[in-house]
Amino acid sequence: MDNKITIGIPRSLLYYKYNTLWLTFFNELGIDTLVSPETNYEILENGKKNTVSEACLSLKIFIGHVNYLKDKVDYILVPRIVSLENEMKLCTNFSALYDIVKNTFKVNVISYNVDVDKGISEQDAFIKMGQELGFGKELILNAYKVSKKEEYKQRKINYLLQRKKLNRERTKVLLVSHGYNSNDNLVGKIITDNLKKYDVEVIYADIINPDNREKLYKNISKRLYWTYNQELLNSIEEYKDYVDGIVYLSTLPCGPDSLVNEMCIRKVNKKNITIYMDELSSTEMIQTRLESFIDIIKKDDIYE
Amino acid sequence: MNRKVISFPTLSDYNTPIKFILEKLTDYEVRPSKQITKDTLELGSKHSPEYACLPFKYTLGNYIESLEDGAGIILQAGGGCRFGYYYELQQQILTDLGYEFEFYSLTDNDVNGIRSIYNTFKKLNPHIKKIKYLYYLLLTFLMIYFMDKIDIYIRKNIGFEIHKGSFDRIKNSMLTKFSKTKGFIDLIKNYLYYKKRFINIPLDKPKNCIKIGIVGELYTSMQPHSTYFLERELANMNVEITRFTNVTFLLITKRFKEKYYLRKIKKYCKYTLGSDAMENIARAKILIDKGYDGIIHIKPFGCTPEIGGMKILENLCNDENMPLMFLTFDTNTSELGIKTRLEAFYDMLNMRRNNEK
Repeated sequence: MDNKITIGIPRSLLYYKYNTLWLTFFNELGIDTLVSPETNYEILENGKKNTVSEACLSLKIFIGHVNYLKDKVDYILVPRIVSLENEMKLCTNFSALYDIVKNTFKVNVISYNVDVDKGISEQDAFIKMGQELGFGKELILNAYKVSKKEEYKQRKINYLLQRKKLNRERTKVLLVSHGYNSNDNLVGKIITDNLKKYDVEVIYADIINPDNREKLYKNISKRLYWTYNQELLNSIEEYKDYVDGIVYLSTLPCGPDSLVNEMCIRKVNKKNITIYMDELSSTEMIQTRLESFIDIIKKDDIYE
Repeated sequence: MNRKVISFPTLSDYNTPIKFILEKLTDYEVRPSKQITKDTLELGSKHSPEYACLPFKYTLGNYIESLEDGAGIILQAGGGCRFGYYYELQQQILTDLGYEFEFYSLTDNDVNGIRSIYNTFKKLNPHIKKIKYLYYLLLTFLMIYFMDKIDIYIRKNIGFEIHKGSFDRIKNSMLTKFSKTKGFIDLIKNYLYYKKRFINIPLDKPKNCIKIGIVGELYTSMQPHSTYFLERELANMNVEITRFTNVTFLLITKRFKEKYYLRKIKKYCKYTLGSDAMENIARAKILIDKGYDGIIHIKPFGCTPEIGGMKILENLCNDENMPLMFLTFDTNTSELGIKTRLEAFYDMLNMRRNNEK
């Protein structure tokens, strides 16, 4: 192509789950990508300005990222995912994301629509996306397969690295939160930085074993139908015997988390702390709460 | 031996058909949970997670009151978005509180499942015959359908009755009659009789009265207690009201109307937004096309699908120059605050009318 196009990818929400897949895919097709920077206060401020006040913090941050990208790129990647498995769902924000972005900014959004429940698989979504960008089916499928392989490799590496951490002789804490919260500069980083300052090893519940077929989450909640929460619960079951405490982190007002975290607190017998973040949360307050939580788990170690 | 008591969260007038089908198909004594009061909500929110949405707190309060009242079996509707997960968490909370009970989810996560409703009834009453089940299910559906049809008429006219309370009186007598339905012919006869009575209620309705449409989340739409009787408040201001969400829609029409609704607002929405959010935007469009004066959008605090649709609804109403008001209901929403906002909204609509003249 002579007119080279650039695709903007907001560093928010599902980026943290699919970054390898997306970046490799576009790289294979020879399309330039621009990923927005780590969330900063300017991005958050713009996100707040462009969303309704009741939307959840993660959505506000996402819109802030789109706002950052909108004049810099030709297309923006906004995934719309309803379900990834049969009879499973995601938070409805992911179904509405495309239309929310379209109604907030005048931007070009490439179609990326996954709804396995209605028979649209991820592969179909990628083929449609590639065709919209003017590529042939063969080429797209090839690129998709390569990037899927790359994604698997990356996930496995992350998982194995995390398994290694479990055997270290340090105080360990499991951070139960969606990837887009635990890795975000203004949400999860505040917590992980604080934990690391006190020499605590952070285990991420959103890093999962890509080969895991066991439905461990059923020990906690039998009828859970949110895919991403299932993954978190799988991790809780897998890691709970290795860690000293659990931090439940969620943004306000998160629909699935508000119920599922309560279920976990009731069913999982482990010292825990629940932290809700919104745009008004103060770093100092969170720091104080984390400090006392760490004191509690460390004290246990001494008495034992 | 004492019969076991079965209970379900009260849902305004729908108590009648739900009670009817349960009585016909099971051997239990049916007792809907008590009318919602301030205590119900307080009780519910005390034991709920802080950021659960409002229907969770209301229904949990209902269950606790029912169980205190001697119920041994409680029923839950199930459904989409977060509703589907209520069951498991509420069961856990109630068990942790030390209650002993059986808990059934009517639809078992599958929103449109006539089959899964059957399976639940099978658990409640193992001797049930399929044909009997189908017969009463259809009869109950028809009853709900008639009730919803009459409700539509009532909502349009209740603000203009000459003798205060005439609609409520006839409606109560209709519900009592419906609860003793003997069969299809009996039901249809009763429906036609009461329809005539409703139409004959003397009205003082000006041709160009203010018309307001209500769209929004389903529980707050159908449970008048949770919105502090929003519709009645509006009716007292002499307003014609339209509201779309009712059980007929949720059980039957929703599936068929999705494509139609999407086409209606294809300028704004390419996909469904989860739960009823897209439908509500399309209904707003319908109201605009019909020349309504204003739209009120209601939802409980933190209702993710409706929040997703808010921006789009705002855009639509801005483009069409349509007054729109968002009302969010939470545990500490002040009743007076809602009243003031309604009055202001009504005054604004009136002023717009006068300016146009």
